[in-house]
Amino acid sequence: MTTDEPAGTPREPADEPAAEPAAAISLQDKPAAPTAGEKPDNGDSFMSVFLRNLWSANTVTVTVLSVLLAMVIGAILIIVSDPAVLDTFSYLTARPGDALNASWTVVSNAYADLFKGAIIDPAAVTAWANGTGTWRQVVFPISETLTYAAPLVFTGLSVALAFRGGLFNIGGQGQAVVGTICAALAGFLLPLPPVIHLIAALAAGLLGGALWGFVPGILKARTGAHEVIVTIMLNYTANLFLSWLILQKGIQQSGRSDAISEPVDSSAQLPAVGGEVRVNLGIVLAVLVTAAVAWLLNRSAFGFELRAVGANPPAARTAGISVARTYTLLMVTAGGLAGLGGATQVLGTAHALTTQVAGNIGFDGLLVALLGRNRPWGTLAAAILFGALRAGGNRMQSFSSISLELVTVLQALIVIFIAAPALVKAIFHLRAARSARLGASMAKGW
Amino acid sequence: MANDHIDLTVEPGEVHALLGENGAGKSTLMNQLYGLLQPDEGEVLVDGVARTFRSPRDAIAAGIGMVHQHFMLVPVFTVAENIALGAEKARAGFLDRRRARREVLEVSERYGLPVDPDALVENLPVGAQQRVEIVKALTRDVDLLILDEPTAVLTPQETGELLEVMRGLAAAGKSIVFITHKLKEVKEIADRITVIRRGRTVSSVPPETPEEELASLMVGRAVNLEITKAPAEPGREVLKISGLIVDDDRGVRAVDGVDLVVRAGEVLGVAGVQGNGQTELVEAVMGLREPRAGTIQVDNEDLIGMTTKHILRSGVGYVPEDRSHDGVVKEFTVAENLVLDQYDRAPYGNAWRLNPAAVATAARERVEQFDIRTSSPDATVSTLSGGNQQKVVVARELSRPLRLFIAAQPTRGVDVGSIEFIHGRIVRERDVGTAVLVVSSELDEVAGLADRIAVMYRGRILAIVSPDTPREEIGLLMAGITEPTAAPATPADGGDPASEGPAGDDADDDVDGHGVAEKGIK
Repeated sequence: MTTDEPAGTPREPADEPAAEPAAAISLQDKPAAPTAGEKPDNGDSFMSVFLRNLWSANTVTVTVLSVLLAMVIGAILIIVSDPAVLDTFSYLTARPGDALNASWTVVSNAYADLFKGAIIDPAAVTAWANGTGTWRQVVFPISETLTYAAPLVFTGLSVALAFRGGLFNIGGQGQAVVGTICAALAGFLLPLPPVIHLIAALAAGLLGGALWGFVPGILKARTGAHEVIVTIMLNYTANLFLSWLILQKGIQQSGRSDAISEPVDSSAQLPAVGGEVRVNLGIVLAVLVTAAVAWLLNRSAFGFELRAVGANPPAARTAGISVARTYTLLMVTAGGLAGLGGATQVLGTAHALTTQVAGNIGFDGLLVALLGRNRPWGTLAAAILFGALRAGGNRMQSFSSISLELVTVLQALIVIFIAAPALVKAIFHLRAARSARLGASMAKGW
Repeated sequence: MANDHIDLTVEPGEVHALLGENGAGKSTLMNQLYGLLQPDEGEVLVDGVARTFRSPRDAIAAGIGMVHQHFMLVPVFTVAENIALGAEKARAGFLDRRRARREVLEVSERYGLPVDPDALVENLPVGAQQRVEIVKALTRDVDLLILDEPTAVLTPQETGELLEVMRGLAAAGKSIVFITHKLKEVKEIADRITVIRRGRTVSSVPPETPEEELASLMVGRAVNLEITKAPAEPGREVLKISGLIVDDDRGVRAVDGVDLVVRAGEVLGVAGVQGNGQTELVEAVMGLREPRAGTIQVDNEDLIGMTTKHILRSGVGYVPEDRSHDGVVKEFTVAENLVLDQYDRAPYGNAWRLNPAAVATAARERVEQFDIRTSSPDATVSTLSGGNQQKVVVARELSRPLRLFIAAQPTRGVDVGSIEFIHGRIVRERDVGTAVLVVSSELDEVAGLADRIAVMYRGRILAIVSPDTPREEIGLLMAGITEPTAAPATPADGGDPASEGPAGDDADDDVDGHGVAEKGIK
């Protein structure tokens, strides 16, 4: 949908009123497009069309280049943060080879570890082929990636869905925390048989998150309270409630004096996908939920309503859509998704409540949604990328002794470049495509 | 390609009208003159010297000024500050406000353009904002002034004033390029008319050319400007409004005791200057605004308290006056916009899910039936011209059985060809027995479409007259002047509910002339 723009026929310009606000940018782009794109390719082959489209500023290209740019800057950071490499730079003019070699070694090792930790380690494959290793070691990196990715899928979808309806859900963190609380309580308080227990615990997480989303939703619908402020405040409320709750009698693990709850019953834990590895059913659930959200957005009546309200609330109202009801339902749904994310975290990997049980999944969900352009499948892909960075970062830290914080820096850089498509466009001299402005429109929610 | 080898010559002291449909390339041409766009080929000569404009700054330096269709003013700045903007004359690092003020007063006096330099722009009515734009251009000492569809946002009165100003400017030796697609204004003011169609100059004609000929030049085929319709055969009373009182967003009384009846098979036209309560009246009927008092019934069914969805369901079609704000979702495709208020009804879907196949089929049919010019039903509505966007709205509302059809400003900002089409559709809807309520601030439109005309002024129906009534008389009524002879012709105004209105917040008499005009901006 986004890749077919620049080669398109020279259409009549859009109606005059619409052209005006963006006059400075869009008008200058238009005459340039035909001269640059049209002339050289009258007898254009498939490949030239393909390459031209590839190099136009469509969403995918910008995203890929953003990742690339972030890696380049990350490489510079790796070089400057290594004292040994910096030393070689002190005699750069005398023996430039040293500096270049050292830089190359440290950067390539770091990124190789990132790759090995996130996707596959060739050494493990050979070991397995030779019979010295196990298949577990082969799939270990992927397993780690997916384990980290699963909760992010849910919180990312939560933010993305709310955004499509015109709401900026900063409260993914709070909703996820409430989700962990409810799921964990159901997980160790309810005496239920295995499968039912798991479903009940997941449902509890979903409901808890939904409740935490309902509050800002109803306040927005009824009183116009801005959802950003309300959700931020509810994040604190949820976190502090969790800190208090963990220390209560019956919740705190018996025999422990630190802040940790009773463990979730094994009947309520998300089972591992293939037995021995860490990745659990959470990622399967995440894919299913992504499909469900994609259906909800594009095929359901509610999805139509929320997209209409998100794009033009007055027109939606005029067409008989209740904006207040849509906002409320939307926040409930978004909260439920984030709550489910919290539930998979506590039922899948943590198995007990701690103050940091939800980690940063709510806030990372914001970045994931941004990276995924608020599209369900895009969000899933972005969450997996973030999971990979995280899993690879662990290995990078232990093998190349590069701080895990670098991964956070990489994530942040990727998102910055995504949020500033014009910058990426300028750096790579991409041709203008209308979809490139999509990222810039993210700010509209405020 | 938006402009294909266009030639245009403007003489000093001339009002040169540039006539063309939406998307014909008028604005593109003018943006090149003003340095916002660079031509791929050809040149611009100013006083015989070839110039290239890389930015508006170059254009202004060459004596070319432009007033955009959408004003480029900072709402929270005063008039003087806005005019100083971009040409700030600093003195010792400080903005020279006094000089800016002086310039404003000087220019406004010289050309007879009354503006208050200290007024905040956001508080000014649209017409006054436009004067500010013109003054802004004139303070830059321009010789050629481009006005891009200046009347699209103005009330008839303001339009009259603007035309007066243009005459004055031309008399003072300034050249004016006047972009529009309104034929009447062109004939009234232009010294020469250049018609543009699909990026080419079709012809350059004198203003004496008859309107029909101008219209067909614009559209490229014969156009029927007259609305032809058979006499109405009014049936049962469909819409009954009595004693309706509605407040606007600021809590000011907008509809002040309206009684109206619209019968099946007739068009009731509501005439009036924009901002006299027509918007609020229609919104109250549609359930978009809660009335303070009164009743609204469709076929004896009470509408008050019903949701908009319910009202639409009960067989009411509605074309809102502000198309891009209320009518379409620009990011949605044509197909989605065509079912914007029926997406959850069979066959397009149900309360849970949509039926994309049915939506697509219906969209293909409507695009065909209503002659919507789009590259595909899956193109977003924002890629369509204004006229075609309006056809999307009209198509959506007229493609289900209706009891009542309400069209507010159905042809505002719509090109001539589409106007003809939309008018034809409205008449056809009447002929199948739907009750039709048309609200328009274009008197010609109301007079052409309506079987009865209700004139609205300050929230009241002053009179209900027949469309044969002389224009002057309707014009006077629109200005609130009821002649003694016209007084007996107002039976509909019967029980005057002014006295029963709740304890009077008499915000009505805040600013006499301006309060009314101000409502127009929002």
